[in-house]
Order: sequence, then C-alpha cells, then structure tokens
Amino acid sequence: MLADKDRIFKNLYGFGDWRLAGARKRGAWDGTKAIIAKGRDWLVNEVKASGLRGRGGAGFPTGVKWSFMPKQVGDRPHYLVVNADESEPGTCKDREIMRHDPHLLIEGCLIAGAAMAAHVGYIYVRGEFVRERERLQAAIDEAYEARLIGKDNVHGWDFDLYVHHGAGAYICGEEMALLESLEGKKGQPRLKPPFPANVGLYGCPTTVNNVESIAVVPDIMRRGAAWFAGIGRPNNTGTKLFCISGHVERPCTVEEAMGIPLRELIERHCGGVRGGWDNLLAVIPGGSSMPLIPAGPNGCDDLLMDFDGCAKHKSALGTAAVIVMDKSTDIIKAMARIAYFYKHESCGQCTPCREGVGWMWRVLTRMAEGRAQKREIDMLFDVSKQIEGHTICAFGDGAAWPVQGLLRHFRPEIERRIDEYTAKTRPEPVRVAVAAE
Amino acid sequence: MSVRRLAPPELQPRQFAFTPENLAWAKQQLEKYPAGRQQSAIIPLLWRAQEQAGGWLPQKAIEHVADFLGLPYIRALEVATFYTMFQLSPVGRKAHVQVCGTTPCMLRGAEELIKVCKRRIHEQPHQLSPDGDFSWEEVECLGACVNAPMVQIGKDTYEDLTPESFTRVLDAIAQGQTPKPGPQIDRQFSAPVGGPTTLKSVEP
Repeated sequence: MLADKDRIFKNLYGFGDWRLAGARKRGAWDGTKAIIAKGRDWLVNEVKASGLRGRGGAGFPTGVKWSFMPKQVGDRPHYLVVNADESEPGTCKDREIMRHDPHLLIEGCLIAGAAMAAHVGYIYVRGEFVRERERLQAAIDEAYEARLIGKDNVHGWDFDLYVHHGAGAYICGEEMALLESLEGKKGQPRLKPPFPANVGLYGCPTTVNNVESIAVVPDIMRRGAAWFAGIGRPNNTGTKLFCISGHVERPCTVEEAMGIPLRELIERHCGGVRGGWDNLLAVIPGGSSMPLIPAGPNGCDDLLMDFDGCAKHKSALGTAAVIVMDKSTDIIKAMARIAYFYKHESCGQCTPCREGVGWMWRVLTRMAEGRAQKREIDMLFDVSKQIEGHTICAFGDGAAWPVQGLLRHFRPEIERRIDEYTAKTRPEPVRVAVAAE
Repeated sequence: MSVRRLAPPELQPRQFAFTPENLAWAKQQLEKYPAGRQQSAIIPLLWRAQEQAGGWLPQKAIEHVADFLGLPYIRALEVATFYTMFQLSPVGRKAHVQVCGTTPCMLRGAEELIKVCKRRIHEQPHQLSPDGDFSWEEVECLGACVNAPMVQIGKDTYEDLTPESFTRVLDAIAQGQTPKPGPQIDRQFSAPVGGPTTLKSVEP
C-alpha cells in the first residue's frame, strides 16, 4: 500500500484546514519561488521525467502537452485552462481537491503557467459544483491577499487566476467544447487541428489540463521527478485518486499507487465487494465511457489499475472511477442507463452521435426487457462502430465503447433474455417500435 | 441531446432587469475576460439572472443579459437552451430537487428516490407540486458517485440517501428549515464509512 508520506492529497477527506494556513502546514507554497526560478525548460522536463500522464481520462503525457506551447510569446498571450468540469459518471475526485486542498491546485496553476509562459489562467468548474466553486474562489482570494499570485507577486511570475463555471453540460469536459463554452457559446467541440496549443482560447495558444494533473505538479517539483516516477510501473507512474462507487461495502475516494490490483483496492479500502469477491459481476474501471471488464480469471481477478493494466483487458483507466457491479445487477439495464446518459448529453453537432446514441439507448432499453430480435445484437454492434471514430470529438467513442463492452462480454445474457421474452405467451399485441423523440 | 423550449407566453413575466447589486456584480465579472470578449461572461450572468428570477430563466431575463453584453438575442437564447442547468419554466418556491439517476447512483437506489419525488411532488418532472413549493427532475451524473445515491437542492448536495432520509430532508425544507447538506449517514465526506483507511498518520 502507498505510504502516507507519499500521498499528495493529505487533506482528501477534509479533516484538516483547507485555508492557506492549513495548506502551508501540509507543505504547500513551500519553495515555489525557487521552483519557478529554474525556468520553463526545466519545469517541462521535470514533468516529462516524472512520467505524469493526464488524469482527465485520455492519459496523454502532461509534460509533452506543455512542450507543445510556442517557445516564444508572440502577439497572442498564452493561456492555461484547468478542466474542472468533472462529469464523467463515477468520477468525483476533482471535487475533493477543490473543496479540501484548493491551494495545491492554485500553486500548480502558477507553476504550470510559468512552464508555458502563461500569465492568465482560467479554472472551468462544472456548474453543479457551487460550493466547490465558492471554496476555490475563497482560496484564490487568500492567495491574492498573500501576494502568492497576481501582478507583482512574491514568486516573480505575474499570474492572474480566474474561476469560471458552466451550467450542466457533460460535453464541456471535452477540451475544445470547454474552450467554446468559456468563450460564451454552446459547448460544441471544434475540429482539431488546429490544436489548442496553437489556436485555443480566444484564438491564442492554450493548454487545457485536468485538475488532478495540475494539483500534483507542486509535489513533483518539490520532491523531484524521480520520486513520482518511482511509484507505480514504467509508463504508469505516480499516485492516483481512485473513486470506487457502486456495489462495494464502503464506497470511497482514495489516493493509491498506480498499478494497484483492483482486488486489493476494493478489499483494502472499500470493505470488499458486497457479498464477497465471488459475487462480483463486472467493473467499469475508468468512468462510464470505458468498456466494462467482467469478473473472473480473465477479467477482474488479475486487473492492475493503471493505463497498461486496463488496456490489457480492452478497456482503459480513464479517470480511475471504478464502478463496481455485483451479481444482483441488471447489466443490460445498467448499460442502457449509460446509453441514456450519452443520449442526453450529446451536443447534437455530429449526426452519427446525435442520432446514433439515442438509437442505441432505445434498442438497449428493449433488450433489457428481452423485447428484441437476436439479429439486432449484431446491428447494435454495427451502429456503435458507425459512431466510433466518426465524430468531431471523442464523445462518440465514449458512448460506443460501453455498448461494445457489453456485447463483447454479455451477449449470452442478452440472448437468454430475448429467449425468455419470446417464450412467454401474451394476449396483447407486442409493441415493436418506440417513437423517436 | 435534449429538446428544450422556453416556457409558454402566459408564464413569462413582462419584464426583467438586474437589481443594482446584481448589475454591479455583473460589471465586475466582465473584468475577468480580455477586452472585447465579454461574451465569455454569459453563463455566470444568466445564472445570476436565474437566481434573481426565482430559480428559472424567463425570456426577458435572457434578453436582458444579451442586451447587457451587447449580443444578438439568439446568442443568449442558444446558450440558455443548450445548458440544462438553466430552468426554462417555473420551479418550486422552496426547492427544485435534482435527483441524480446515472448508473452509479442507480446501482445504489436512485430509482427509489425518484419514486419518492413522483409520490410526493408530482408524477412528472418539471411540474410544480400542488402547493407550488416543490418541483423535481432526474439529472445526469452530479459528481458525487462515492456518496450515491444523492440529490442536489439549490447549491447543496444531500448524499448517501435512503427513501427515509430523503423524505426527512424534504420534510425539513417544507417546514422552511435548511437541513445539513452532505452525507446523511455517519460519514466524513468521501471517506469510507467507519473512518478512513489511509492518512491516519497525518495530523489534520
């Protein structure tokens, strides 16, 4: 198990003081000036050397992303944008950072700003996190008051940090949609390229990072890249906040080393799967966009919770939001509900996603009752493939993968339910179509 | 995507204008964004307008914000209809209850909470209870999945609910009280029930 001394989020559960005094006691804002004085290249290289991969879902190496920013600041200012639009079902880690350790995030923003020559940062908080936003703003006000950030601050890098918020749109967690939303428009993703490092917020070079990616940066700088890189496995380094929800005895958010076995994670911190490990049906390892992994020796039993470990099982670590489902779960209904989520949240820009995701939801809803034809199973898979990779952003992929995961592992269950439904005789005519809305 | 339309004309107030305090606040918001980029402030401003208008966004309020920012009405209307936290029809006077129904909450009993809403408030979402005090809707993931099932009422979340504790929360609100937000069981935020398994050697 990760030792407490190696944990970054020491106030994860809010037992301590979230304010500046408490944060300083836990080590925040210590030696920040000396860190920034080492210069842009050193900062970027240190993050690269730490092996930190983005914590928002895609797992892109953070240091590499920073290095895409122009080397010289031209007429257009550089911007740092922090993605705090945490909405991936199962994920609730950034919330804890913002309400219990906001100064780690603010310090991280300053360092990241210096590393990419940005003097302005925006933190885009999802609209529903009202209290978290208030807390974060209070912490930023404290930091301004103490001249830790702002113009002519004590660290020698002018940096203004603003909190902005959304109003309930999952798609705004996609970086291009987030930038559109931050510009005051509908959150509909832009095509890439150009990438935000060239043309981002207000047409200026911009880097968008997840809250957790930014909040771990000060500790990496203070303790050294080698310390961070020494935790976990190569290519999967560092600590990670895991959110374990669903059918475990004691759901919780916990910071652990990357690569911790799923079983150890659940049994050590969550009191085990409800009804014991053998009662496990499947887990979704990284938020609802990722394909599920079934229980058993070729699934959850040897699953290591990191990027490569999940990829081995044709899934992905995503945001490390583990949704646990025991054998009492109606797996088809659970996946139909996820499909409904995507149907509801599609921004409507690309036809395959706007039309296809609603179609998948309607078919899955029928399949949950067994009210379907077996040939529709292949058709459903085909439609999911028509969505995947055919949209501007990755939302379409995220909507298609959970359905594909279901079909990959639970096809017999769908067929069984169809047989069961067909075998029943019923006097009333069978409704076959549900009107499209 | 969801189809969202403005409330019918008979429900729309005739006019809307920011109070002097809100107007001052709105002007202050513009300072966050570069010159000429005042459109960026539209979501926070619409949100403030919704708060002022009693929890929902009348057409006049949307137009007022558009005028304030110097935008064509359609730019503000498309934002107001795109983002689902903008309520386009009147909501309960005391509370608009948003029940998270996404899979992590569903696995832990969100459907039972929705039944409570249907029984107690209205069979249909976005409809007022007979006394006009409550309304409800099912929303998508609110980001408190380890504290499932949960609801958001106004600015606060009520977590780790059962139909019984949820009923108690609603009762308290009906009586004009503000129940304590957060987990409704003995639990410290997102730590496991019974106390954390980590950080025990760290002084709070």
